[in-house]
Amino acid sequence: MVYTNIFYVLASVLFILGIKKLSHPRTARNGNMIAFIGMMIAIVATLLAKHEIEIDFQLIAIGIVVGIIIGATFAIKVQMTQMPQMVAIFNGFGGGASALVAAAEFLKTGEITTFTLGTIILSIFVGTLTFTGSFIAFGKLQGFVSGQPIVFPGQQVFNALMALALLIVGVYLVQIPGEINYFYAVVIISAIMGITLTIPIGGADMPVVISLLNSYSGVAAAATGFVLMNNGLIISGALVGASGLILTNIMCKGMNRSLANVIFGAVGLAQESTGDSTTKQITVKSYSTEEAAMIFDAAEKVIVVPGYGLAVAQAQHAVREVAEFLEGKGKQVLYAIHPVAGRMPGHMNVLLAEANIPYEQLKDLDEINPEFEDCDVALVLGANDVVNPAARHDKSSPIYGMPILDVDKSRTVIINKRTMNTGFAGIQNELFGFDNSIMVFGDAKDMLQQLLKDLKEL
Amino acid sequence: MDINILTVFILAIFVGIEIISKVPPTLHTPLMSGSNAISGIAIVGAIIATKVGGGTGTWLGLIAVIFGTINVVGGFMVTDRMLKMFKRK
Repeated sequence: MVYTNIFYVLASVLFILGIKKLSHPRTARNGNMIAFIGMMIAIVATLLAKHEIEIDFQLIAIGIVVGIIIGATFAIKVQMTQMPQMVAIFNGFGGGASALVAAAEFLKTGEITTFTLGTIILSIFVGTLTFTGSFIAFGKLQGFVSGQPIVFPGQQVFNALMALALLIVGVYLVQIPGEINYFYAVVIISAIMGITLTIPIGGADMPVVISLLNSYSGVAAAATGFVLMNNGLIISGALVGASGLILTNIMCKGMNRSLANVIFGAVGLAQESTGDSTTKQITVKSYSTEEAAMIFDAAEKVIVVPGYGLAVAQAQHAVREVAEFLEGKGKQVLYAIHPVAGRMPGHMNVLLAEANIPYEQLKDLDEINPEFEDCDVALVLGANDVVNPAARHDKSSPIYGMPILDVDKSRTVIINKRTMNTGFAGIQNELFGFDNSIMVFGDAKDMLQQLLKDLKEL
Repeated sequence: MDINILTVFILAIFVGIEIISKVPPTLHTPLMSGSNAISGIAIVGAIIATKVGGGTGTWLGLIAVIFGTINVVGGFMVTDRMLKMFKRK
């Protein structure tokens, strides 16, 4: 067992080095490979170690083969636009695995200390909650479950009661570990809480939820590490837990909302209009792609603002074609990436990378905002709330205080949307009515392809 | 309980915060899927849980091995697929 521990330390070092290399796109791929090698070392060392018990190699082989087939199929087949669902469901498997290991440990006959029991309960709670929560998140992103917040009367009270019930059952289970029904109760309550805590969260708040579930899957692994007294699990779990937490924090900042508000706020639910700003009628100018092409032709600097609509329309390649054409004409093209654009952290970056757009052209909020001042055309593709100027001044707006992309400072703003429907926050965007704003309606991909045709014909 | 193991946990969190804060926003999705693959380390515990003749616990261990493998294999593969796409000009 001593030797095995040395290999776990080695694996942990490789995980840390691997993540460290993720700090730059150039070294990132190597980093991922290094972390993978670390994982292989940990797994092989565990298989070869002398255990107090006899492990079932045949069963393990079956499990690994089945896992490889499922995992590899997912990884090869998934489209880049579906990456949020993919990460959500993998989070779920990770949490589920941790919970199952803790449950297996509980069912093992023999003396269990109070400390181990406590960590088993914690691991089962977090792991099961991650499992069911991730599947709900997956369902919402895939469209199996409504992306709208699902709320029922007394939801908060219900969640509080569930938490209380879990605490009581948990304490009982620690007192009388033989009572299997308490154990089942812990599993069931955790599973229900995973669902009731995830269904009230709306589509555009998904970046926060996915980050949070990512963090939970790490916490569950660490808790299982405490159960097994295994440093490898504890270190890896802590790393993943920290990673998810940092991303959660960045996402919340990107929306200027607290974590509690995201989880319990049910923002995005059709609201009664309050204040004048939301009821004000907006008159918009609608242009054809031909007219838009003329504006692009006269521009020197273009900034593209991608949003979730781009992902839905799978328009990333069409964007690149338009951008390449404009660059060929000597124009400068940049991309403005809001931290919460899309459905997960970095969603837009991956999509644009898929379309071979160099990452140097992708600028984050702080970098790009000064650039709008001398920008000729800001092209907003399927983004709404992240470019709503109301966030700057309208205290009654649900998105007040959210850092936004200052597209309205450009000479012309061309906004592509499918319809005039409101954004996720359920509010009308005053930007659309500005003097320098032009709407081009239609599916992002169709619109861009038409625009390219029109540009070529000029 | 063993205080050493708590020390390891807390220090690992600090290391995690330190290195992950340096990951640029452009790589946040690969960071998530990559760290997600790392949380598949639970497979190590799953392997130990598949005790010969261990009854229900062994079957839970088997499911955990499957879940853990999906997590590890799928996570690292899809991260690699994404990172391959990040290109310079």
